[in-house]
Amino acid sequence: MSELRELYQSVIIDHSKRPRNFGAPDDANRSADGVNPLCGDKLTVFLRMKDGVVEDVGFEGSGCAISLASASLMTEAVKGRTEAEARAVFGDFHDLVTASPTSQQDPDTEKLGKLSVFAGVREFPVRVKCATLAWHTLASALEGSEDVITTE
Amino acid sequence: MSAQTKPVRIGGFDVDAIRRDFPILDQEIHGHPLVFLDSAASAQKPRAVLDAIRELYEHDYANIHRGVYELSQRATSAFEAAREKVRAFLNAAESREIVFVRGTTEAINLVASTHGRQHVGEGDEILITAMEHHSNIVPWQLLCDEKGARLRVAPIDDRGELLIDEFEKLLTPRTRLVAITHVSNALGTVVPVREATRRARERGIPVLVDGAQAVPHARVDVRDLDCDFYAFSAHKLFGPTGVGVLYGKAARLESMPPYQGGGEMILSVTFEKSTFQEIPHKFEAGTPDIAGAVGLGAAIDYLDGIGIEAVAAHEKELLAYGTALLESIPGLRIIGTAAEKASVLSFVLEGIHPHDVGTILDQSGIAVRTGHHCAQPVMERFGVPATTRASLALYNNRDDLDRLAQGIRQVQDIFL
Repeated sequence: MSELRELYQSVIIDHSKRPRNFGAPDDANRSADGVNPLCGDKLTVFLRMKDGVVEDVGFEGSGCAISLASASLMTEAVKGRTEAEARAVFGDFHDLVTASPTSQQDPDTEKLGKLSVFAGVREFPVRVKCATLAWHTLASALEGSEDVITTE
Repeated sequence: MSAQTKPVRIGGFDVDAIRRDFPILDQEIHGHPLVFLDSAASAQKPRAVLDAIRELYEHDYANIHRGVYELSQRATSAFEAAREKVRAFLNAAESREIVFVRGTTEAINLVASTHGRQHVGEGDEILITAMEHHSNIVPWQLLCDEKGARLRVAPIDDRGELLIDEFEKLLTPRTRLVAITHVSNALGTVVPVREATRRARERGIPVLVDGAQAVPHARVDVRDLDCDFYAFSAHKLFGPTGVGVLYGKAARLESMPPYQGGGEMILSVTFEKSTFQEIPHKFEAGTPDIAGAVGLGAAIDYLDGIGIEAVAAHEKELLAYGTALLESIPGLRIIGTAAEKASVLSFVLEGIHPHDVGTILDQSGIAVRTGHHCAQPVMERFGVPATTRASLALYNNRDDLDRLAQGIRQVQDIFL
């Protein structure tokens, strides 16, 4: 039960019910689609890039609470960042959710900010893909890749 | 252990005794007694099946059919005895109408690659229904692509029932085959396959029935259904994975070309030409899953010892109990409300994704399936991306369903 509360923290429930930056921003100039064929989650991430900076970001799609909250918090985390910074945050986030469940190391909350609420995902290895779908799709949009990103 | 040595359960269905036959049920998951509600994906195995497989390997195992020595003969007898058990189980006319395959998926692919390639041409049609599992859609799509044929889909209504008159309208002079599920894995609908088969066969159209979800829950009589092909998997029938059955009317099977080439299926081979075995061996190239077939035979004996009618009655009562229980939960919608249903409770919770439901239930030791259940067109038909599916088998009881309902309320609490 405590692991469940750790996974479904109020921040995650809140962002899954009321996702921020939902929809395509005006003048979006890049986008990418991501799917998780296992559960049917589908996301599109939109970017407005200017001079290597994520000037605006949004997403559309449907999915479980983990994937929606992750997409919502992702948009908040990368808005205003350079492409390189956004990729670095993805790296930190990926490390956070894929750390060994037995790892005693506490997440670096200072570096991760609000994203630390996803630390509970490490206890649920089958849900890692839900948490990272939006980020993989973001990476694809940053590259300007046309391919649909799949978690499989 | 044979059916004869099992204690006879007269005067009622003893679910507690049955649960003790399934060793896996006796464990805790995340600190709670296991509630297993995913038998439609794969059923658990009774000790009788596990014992039969182990006994074969410990005492009677060798490759079958060609050996002149004792062990090979014992293994061959056990394998062929399993074929006869399957024949009796389906009430097929002859055991040579029973082909061992890897599972339902391979059975359907076998028919598509042989009978299908032989009879389906450009502009022809294959008719399926809107509630097929992907394994009864994709093989036909591949065949249609190859031949320039057309896949047609008989619609279902909002309860998940086949619109049989619409189905009949789609039987045209170009229809070469009907492929239809007996019980929907995603909705639980029991399809009137006997009636559908009658309407197709009146027009001389052969019928394949996907029986994967039907055989664990009700008596199946292929001669009564009068279908040309019937397919099922052992692992959903309390048998092992890796083996399944294609029943085909003897005349059909005889007229079909081989499926795969190799050992076991030939009479003679020269570099110029090979001649093939009689049915069913013509379709069983290579060493088959010998222990799997023996395990399937043991599963059939086990079911016969209980009585499939008693199983059906138990599950019917449980399904009604579970349906009422779930319907009483606010915000829960059952997907699939056909008048005739078997074993499946598929549902969605308002505002909560099935994937989250599955994770939270698992923490209470409750195993359910979440997702599209390999039936994406069904999900689309009902306008949901996925459902949570609880599916029942003979070893489930009311306590399992009470725990499920309690678990669902806990899910709702977390998402309040």
